[in-house]
Formats: sequence, C-alpha cells, structure tokens
Amino acid sequence: MSEKRSDQGMKICIYVVCVFLTILSLFPFWIMFMNATRSTTEIQQHAISFVPSTYLLSNLKILLGKSFDPMVGFMNSLTIAAGSTVLSAYFSTLTAYALVVYEWRLKKPFFSFIMAVMMIPAQVTMIGFYQMVYRIGMTNNLSMLILPAIASPSIVFFMRQYMYPALSMEIIQSARIDGAGEFRIFNTIALPIMKPAIATQAIFSFVSSWNNLFTPLVLLTDQEKYTLPIMVSLLRGDIYKTEYGSVYLGLSMTVLPLIVVYLLLSKYIIAGVALGSVKG
Amino acid sequence: MQTKKFSYAKWGYIFSIPFVVAFLIFSLYPIIYTAVIGFTDLKGLGMTDIHFLTDDPFRNFKTVLSNPSFQTAFQNTVVMWVLNFIPQLGLALLLAAWFTDKRSYVKGQGFFKVVFYMPNIITAATVAILFKALFDYPMSPMNDLVISLGLADKPIQFLISKNVARAIVIFIQFWMWYGYTMVVLTSGILGISPEIFEAAVVDGANRWQTFWYVTIPNIKTILLFTFITSLIGGLNMFDIPKLFLLGGPDNATMTTSVFIYNQAFSGSYLYNRAAAASMIMFVIIVFLSSILFYLLRDKDEAQMKKASRRRAKAEKVAVKGGK
Repeated sequence: MSEKRSDQGMKICIYVVCVFLTILSLFPFWIMFMNATRSTTEIQQHAISFVPSTYLLSNLKILLGKSFDPMVGFMNSLTIAAGSTVLSAYFSTLTAYALVVYEWRLKKPFFSFIMAVMMIPAQVTMIGFYQMVYRIGMTNNLSMLILPAIASPSIVFFMRQYMYPALSMEIIQSARIDGAGEFRIFNTIALPIMKPAIATQAIFSFVSSWNNLFTPLVLLTDQEKYTLPIMVSLLRGDIYKTEYGSVYLGLSMTVLPLIVVYLLLSKYIIAGVALGSVKG
Repeated sequence: MQTKKFSYAKWGYIFSIPFVVAFLIFSLYPIIYTAVIGFTDLKGLGMTDIHFLTDDPFRNFKTVLSNPSFQTAFQNTVVMWVLNFIPQLGLALLLAAWFTDKRSYVKGQGFFKVVFYMPNIITAATVAILFKALFDYPMSPMNDLVISLGLADKPIQFLISKNVARAIVIFIQFWMWYGYTMVVLTSGILGISPEIFEAAVVDGANRWQTFWYVTIPNIKTILLFTFITSLIGGLNMFDIPKLFLLGGPDNATMTTSVFIYNQAFSGSYLYNRAAAASMIMFVIIVFLSSILFYLLRDKDEAQMKKASRRRAKAEKVAVKGGK
C-alpha cells in the first residue's frame, strides 16, 4: 500500500516539475509573439499579455521603415545554411566512405586526426581566418562561410559510425563486377543507403549554420550581405529604443520559421541528438 | 575476401582529398596564421604586414595574461559555465531517470522532450535580445510581473546589477542546454542492458539506489563526454554575452570570446593580442579535446569490435543456413 502511495506522490511530483519546465520553455516565446502584435503604449502599460492585440501591421511598418530588412537576411542565411549543409553532407559522407570501404595505409592515422580536431571551435582560429580572407579580398563573399563546411570533422565521425554496420561490402563488390566506377558506386549505392544519417546531420548542420553569429559578424560588413542573426543584433540598437512592439516583431520573425521547422521535424531532431551525442 | 583490396587503395586517398584540402585551407592555415600573428605587432584596420617581435617574442601573451579584462573575462567564462552546468546536469539526470524508469511510465514524455529541447534550436542571438527585452527598464514583462505580484512598487533596474546580469546569462545557458543534455543522457540510460535493472529490482533496490548504484556507474562515459563537450562549448560562449549586455555591466558578463572579438574587431584592431588570447584558449581546448579523444577512441574500438563480432556471427549463421 505505502509503496503504491509513494508511487502516486512521485508521479504528481514528476508532472508538477514537467509542467513547470514546459511553462518555462514556452513563456518567453509566448510573450514575444503576443507583444509583436501590441502597440508600444499597450506594452508600456502592461508588458505581459496572454492575448494578441491588433497592431501587427503598424509594428511591421515601423520595423521595415528602419534599416531592418528581414528578407535580405533571410535569403543570405538561407544561401549560407543550404550551401554549407549540402557540402557538409556530401563531402562528409564521401570522406566517411573512404574511411569505411577502402584499405589504405594512412586510414587509421587519418581517422585519429579527424577525431583529434573534431572539437576545435571556429572562435580560436578566427583571427588568422579573418586575415587570410581579408588579404584575398573576400570578406563580404558568402562563399567564405559556405566552403569551410567541406571539412566537417564531427559529421565525418558520425557518418563513419553509421556507415560501418549499414553498408555491406557485398553490394559494393557486386556493383564492381557489374562494371560500375567507384564514384558511381558511391553516388548510386552508398548515398541512398546513408539517407537517414544524412537527413539527421543535415538538420543539425543547417540549424547551426543558420544560427551562427560569430563568423558572419567578423566577415560581413556590407549590409546587403547580413545574415539573420546579424539583422537581429541590429534590433538592439538605439533606433528601436522605444519601439517595443517592433522589436518583439523582429525577434518573432526570426524565431517563427525555426519553430515551425522544429515542430515538423522534432521527432527526427531528438532522435538525432540521442543517436549522435556529438554536437554538429 | 578473395578480391584484391589493395588495388582500390588509391580511392581511399582520392575520396579524402576534398576534406583534406578544405581542412588545410580553412582550418589548419588559419590556426597556424593565428599562432604566428600572436608573435607579431600586427594591429590597425586593414593591416596585413607581419613584423615579428624581436625584443620579446612572448610580449603579446604576457600582455594578455596580465590584462585585468582578460583575467575577468576568463573568470566570468569559467564561473558562468560551472554555475550553469551543475544545475543543468542535475536536472537533465533527474528528467532522464524519470523518463527511463520502467516502473512508472511518464505519459506525455514525448511532448515534454520536444518542449524542453526547443530553446536549443532557437538562434542564440535572438534569445539574448529577447531576454534583454524581458528584463528591460522601466517597462518590461519581468517588471510587470514583479509589480503585479506586489514584490515591488516601482520598476527595478535589473540589468545594472553585475550579479543579476551574470545570473541571467547563466539562466539562459541552462535554459537552452538542459534539454539537449537530457536527451543525450536518456539515450545513454536506454543503452544500458535492461537485465541489470531487472536484477536491481529483484535484489530489492529502491529507485534512489537503482539510480545511484546502477544508472550512474553505467553512463560514466557519457557523463564525461557531456562534461567535456559542454566545457569546450562553455569556453567559447559568445552570442549570449555579446548581445545580451555587450559583456557589461562593468565587464560582468564578458567572456574570453567576447574579449577576443572586442580586441580584434571593435575599435582597437589589436589583432596580435586577440591572436595571443585565442592561442591561450586554443591550448586549453586542445588539452580538453585530448581527453575526449581517448574517451571516444575507447568507445569507437568497442563499437567496432561489436560490429565485427556481429558480422562474424551473421556469417556463421549464413554458412549454416546456406546449404
């Protein structure tokens, strides 16, 4: 009996904590979305509201009237994120293929090397990277934010772990007997088999590139090249000091696409975190 | 096994070329270049000429290490990481233990996981500015809440207090990452063989004993992995402190990454000092990464052994089955 009662108490405790954390996760975003539709006067009177108001369009007008152009930021972020996702997915799978399928003398040292450099963050190499890019006059060139994705050690690591049990050598052998070239075998046999792993890693690579602030902030000086996170940082500036509604709207516009995509793909994203336990 | 594998060896090299080339250009060269700049007098907007320091090659490193701002930044970074990681790990462990407990299934845990993980995918830059708006003065949701609840009769200037500012950065980091840590730990616990838990139940272990003596020892590797990846991430904390209060008030939320950025890219253009500071952080991170390297190598070897054993077993079965 007492065992049962303590189980009941435990359950209640679990749900109380979980509901509290749910509120904690959602509350800031809810306030943000609601305030995006409210006027500055309304927000000044009561900054918390659980229901929307009717000032969405006027907030939008104020927001776009100043230097904030979310479309430009959106397109630039999309270009960079999509480009680097495609490159990192394709070339990481290719590198993993080299590590799994072929026997070559430097294979083991190469893999150890990839593991060793996996965690080196962009921050500590930024001064040299900036100087290099500056010297060749490419600071405002988006390709400098895309091409480095060809070498993504943590994705190679993940792909290799996934490929070992998934890819059978027999299929490759029989394709060879049929006369297919090595590149063709990779593109037509290995890539489709790796689809689930590629999808998982693509989501993470896309999100981390989309959210990246440091590298674009250092390299991009031209307003036309700004990414969404840099655009967001403009909302901090003095020109929006008293335009509360517009600031909330600007923030909402950057969050909304992410939340929509997240809710659509949450199952895969969480499975991916569990599977990888390596930050993308 | 009859096929001559060595004849395909060159493809291993060919398929690795793109990675190696991109790595050399975009990672290795910048690392070396950064290290070199650390020994030069390179400063000023648009300067690229390199002159090595001849009198004292380590001058930049000494200047950085004795710079009070850098010391503060380093302290802040470590303190803010520690104070966010401990509650983050604690809560993540608790939730992971609850969600994996077979004795009582938590209904709706799929939903809870999705919600708890959500802050992690939101742009950190946006989160930083959102929290600044939430705590602003004189009117902000937080002030509205405080006044409505009768905790204060006039708005509070939350963000001029060093401790409050630091506490909010710590909270944001905690809030963004506990969901991630929970998912990782949950998968670790689910990887433990269920027989061990069944044995614990048979032996009459209660929940707490099971957690402490069965779960924790069995996810030691994953805990260490989480610890080190989080530490490396924490040492590079940039977006939140940079955009929340620009490292202020009075450098209270300045991290080493913000310090490096400010040295190099705002106002003073002291690339040499920023490079020296980067290299100091680089050395610390390399040290931490090497721990991780050994950790993953062991895990990797075990996994490969398991895979090859599975393959051998499958072959045996195939041989038996194939008449």
